[in-house]
Amino acid sequence: MSTSGTPRPLVSAGEITVSGVSKSYGATGFQKEVVRECSFSIERGKLTVMIGPSGCGKSTLIRLLAGFEAPSTGTIKLDGEPVTGPSRNRLVLFQESALFPWMTTYDNILYGPRARGEVSAQVLEFAEFLLNKVGLQDFRKKYPTQLSGGMQRRAELARAMINNPEVMILDEPFRGLDAMTKELMWEYYSGLFEESGRTNFFVTTDIDEAVFLADRMMIMSNIPTQVRAVLEVDLPRPRKLADIVVSDRANQIKMEALSILHEEAMKSFSRGSKAAADFVEAYTKRTAKS
Amino acid sequence: MASRRFNPRSLLRGMFSILVFLVIWEIGSRSKHWLGADIFSPLRELIGMMGFKKTYLPWIGAVPAPTDVLHAWAGVIVDPGYWHSWYKSFSRVLAGFTAAMLVGIPFGLLLAVNRTAFGIGFPVFEMLRPIPPLAWVPASIIFWPTQELSIAFVTFLGAFYTIVINVVGGAKSIDVRYFQAAQSMGSSKWDIFRRIILPGTLPSIVIGSSVGMGITWEVVVAAEMISGGGSQIGGTGGGGLGFFIWNSYVGGSYEQIVVGMISIGIAGFISSELLRTLGKYVTPWLRLR
Repeated sequence: MSTSGTPRPLVSAGEITVSGVSKSYGATGFQKEVVRECSFSIERGKLTVMIGPSGCGKSTLIRLLAGFEAPSTGTIKLDGEPVTGPSRNRLVLFQESALFPWMTTYDNILYGPRARGEVSAQVLEFAEFLLNKVGLQDFRKKYPTQLSGGMQRRAELARAMINNPEVMILDEPFRGLDAMTKELMWEYYSGLFEESGRTNFFVTTDIDEAVFLADRMMIMSNIPTQVRAVLEVDLPRPRKLADIVVSDRANQIKMEALSILHEEAMKSFSRGSKAAADFVEAYTKRTAKS
Repeated sequence: MASRRFNPRSLLRGMFSILVFLVIWEIGSRSKHWLGADIFSPLRELIGMMGFKKTYLPWIGAVPAPTDVLHAWAGVIVDPGYWHSWYKSFSRVLAGFTAAMLVGIPFGLLLAVNRTAFGIGFPVFEMLRPIPPLAWVPASIIFWPTQELSIAFVTFLGAFYTIVINVVGGAKSIDVRYFQAAQSMGSSKWDIFRRIILPGTLPSIVIGSSVGMGITWEVVVAAEMISGGGSQIGGTGGGGLGFFIWNSYVGGSYEQIVVGMISIGIAGFISSELLRTLGKYVTPWLRLR
């Protein structure tokens, strides 16, 4: 199979606009607000990273974007069209592998096209292209349990990309991988992004991951979640880990983001959050060193 | 599930343990005492002192020795009646078990995927489930036109409840993210059922079936003992390994009782092994860890 010059479907990058979205859970009168008055946009063809303290409601926001749940108030639109339910145009990569354990890598990747009855010679060729792209051509007949953590994540990326979604939504996809694999996946994933020009929305709690990947970094407040700040990450692409580690600009952005996160943590610390206490302590030590 | 490889040492160990068991049995049976000596006599005295009969302990001298059993077996192995008992029991188990699968799997899936069906069906199911299959024997003899059908029905009940419970539990414990992922990628409801729910429930179906198969053998033997070998009802029933044992007991051939017991052990083992092999074949992703 040829890997270069394979005809691929044209990438159509979408743009998501979130306006005034709130989400509460619980019975009337005893509601807990998880997302409050969120307004932001996920810009076309860009990699937007959302970072915020854990448990701040990021995953809830993702379920709203994906259409698994509807917001209590406000609207979410993809290219002007309101989001009403799940769609292939907004695909989610979940925190831990959601590959179907009973299907081989190849069957997993082809799941979407088969479900929609869209298997054609072109799609099969695209599947080959993606298998090569994620380096799993020799693992096509393996089941997910036979793949390493990094391979599973790559297989899942391929399974999402074959559907050619207008927006890819990734919910802490590299959590749980060991440090080495994680860094490898950053380079891998940002390479895929740079090549495709697709709109990506990436959620994380890891500041280094955020700085390395992002075009735009959205910093979220603690629960109920709100957009606290948006930073433009103007580091040149393609990005390599070796360059980013020594880049002064990257460090500068990181410190800026950390100071905002620190403020947020202080606020929730004063409200009695134990997790925030850890962050505050770590931040104090880190800034004292540099 | 780890893949089982042939291990000569564990085979040797297994054969040794069976051999030791047979030797102890032989000694006990021939000497009329456990382990060749009257080791339980103090216990017997104690029971006597408490005012009970001294014979309240099981007596191994009543059990025929393995060599005698083997001798009896050699006698019946050429008897077509013995093999007919095998055939009878096996076909009953197969009929009841197959019916339980055919009814139980769709019923379980229906309960799992449809909230209304669950609300209506599950309470009745849960009310009937605690009734032991053997308690159904008299009712089913009245209810079914032939004895054969009544035995098959009781056998069916043995496997049915276990299969349904496993299917419902299995289908309900499928990770919600699989559904969300499938939905996002454009799956229809039927597609989700066929490619997510069905394979996702398959491991539980396999487990439920193998447990159900065990119960099926328990039930069929008891049902055969109760219904007997006669042709008084319907004229077609009777026979089977359970009846073989009962008949041997009535006829006073204690060696043949043990032959029947071991035969059922072998039959059950063969069924489980077949089911295990089939189960591994339909869930290939589970054996490749």
